[in-house]
Amino acid sequence: MLSNIRTIWEILRHSFRRPETIQYPEQKPYLAPRFRGRIILSRDPDGEERCVACYLCAAACPVDCIALQATEDGYGRRYPAFFRINFSRCILCGFCEEACPTLAIQLTPDYEMCEYDRQNLVYEKEDLLISGPGKYPDYNFYRVAGLAIAGKDKGEAENESEPVDTHTLLP
Amino acid sequence: MNPILRQIIIIVVVMAAVLTASAGLIWLERRLLALWQDRRGPNRVGPFGLMQVTADMIKIFFKEDWIPPFADRPVFVIAPALLVVTVLMSFAVVPFAPGFVVSDLNVGLLFFLAMTALGVYGIALGGWSSNNKYALLGAIRATAQMLSYEVFMGLALMGVVILAGSFNLSDIVEAQKNLWFCIPQFPGLVIFIIAGFAETHRLPFDLPEAESELVAGFHSEYSGIKFGLFFVGEYLGVTLISAMIVIFFFGGWLGPFLPPILWFVIKTFVFICGFILLRASLPRPRYDQLMSFAWKVLLPLALLNLIITGGIVLAVG
Repeated sequence: MLSNIRTIWEILRHSFRRPETIQYPEQKPYLAPRFRGRIILSRDPDGEERCVACYLCAAACPVDCIALQATEDGYGRRYPAFFRINFSRCILCGFCEEACPTLAIQLTPDYEMCEYDRQNLVYEKEDLLISGPGKYPDYNFYRVAGLAIAGKDKGEAENESEPVDTHTLLP
Repeated sequence: MNPILRQIIIIVVVMAAVLTASAGLIWLERRLLALWQDRRGPNRVGPFGLMQVTADMIKIFFKEDWIPPFADRPVFVIAPALLVVTVLMSFAVVPFAPGFVVSDLNVGLLFFLAMTALGVYGIALGGWSSNNKYALLGAIRATAQMLSYEVFMGLALMGVVILAGSFNLSDIVEAQKNLWFCIPQFPGLVIFIIAGFAETHRLPFDLPEAESELVAGFHSEYSGIKFGLFFVGEYLGVTLISAMIVIFFFGGWLGPFLPPILWFVIKTFVFICGFILLRASLPRPRYDQLMSFAWKVLLPLALLNLIITGGIVLAVG
């Protein structure tokens, strides 16, 4: 009986507590630094697409919401011909970001992406691609990879030695 | 003024006030529960969310009014109305202010007890005619609970009757001019409040509904405005029991400075908030605990209170 009365008293004391409610549209909630929201495709510091269309994100995606098609430019540099994320399926798990070898696909702290039409939640490449490097300002996959592309031959990448002419290694 | 006209005006005013208040309780309860749970509650529709009541009412009016094919149609339809009507009838004897009463019955207290007793029918028939096992279980619980709590609800008030020497509610209020009955009749007050909770089947004693075990208890099969009537009946019951607590134990309209009607409203409001506070804080007891508490603790206490009060009144005067 005494505990019941104490309970009532404790509840009554809550009259003077501040409500925990965040009144959302007017008041924005605190987002953790690693909040996983809307997915974007970033560019490298040179302004080129980072994505090399390796399909690892699509393979990692547990709900199969990523669809893309790889293609190559004239110099053998791979990029996606189309890149499509269906956000009505996406669960924002971040596995695609973990899988991405070139840090191209990234999750951002933006969650306000409601649509009246379900079809509008399918984002195409031009919707996903941003103009900056996202979370990794300096990383440039093709500057550290040994692949020859336009404007960079073999051996010209950072910390890369000149290719060895195997014929000179004859004893 | 023509006495008949005056009476009709009083009836209309009481009906309007009571129904508006009980509808407003929907909003008040949600806001107060939110306050005590560190939330905000409905605050979007209109100023302070007050229009939430209107929104809820519009919604409930436009819901499909569905009667299950297996239900006993006429009884199913009558049951919610029965509950509301019996509670509204009790308001006929409530003296809001001196002379401001629909019917100044000389057995007003008995009339009130009789009408709350009839309220059981609304719930029992509603649960029975639904032809649903959960509804039936709820109805059985409601019947047993309300019948057993009615016994000492009446007995707890007998102490008040002994002190006031009248069954007339206005006389009972007038008898508290010098001392509110909450002090000499404190055990009676506690017993009456507990019985009142059981009578209105509000949350600590809402076993007829018990949504965690019985879906929604006796009104599982109800929808639309019929469900709304059960709801309004519950809030009317809360208002009624609060008003009765004020009349029997807290001097009704008596109070300094403010006009009597305002005192009555303020006191009733405090007890309505008390009802909601208890809902916010206390868990639901088990059914056998509820029944044994009634018969083994409260009934002897009520009888003891009655004997002692009677003895003292006899000895003194």
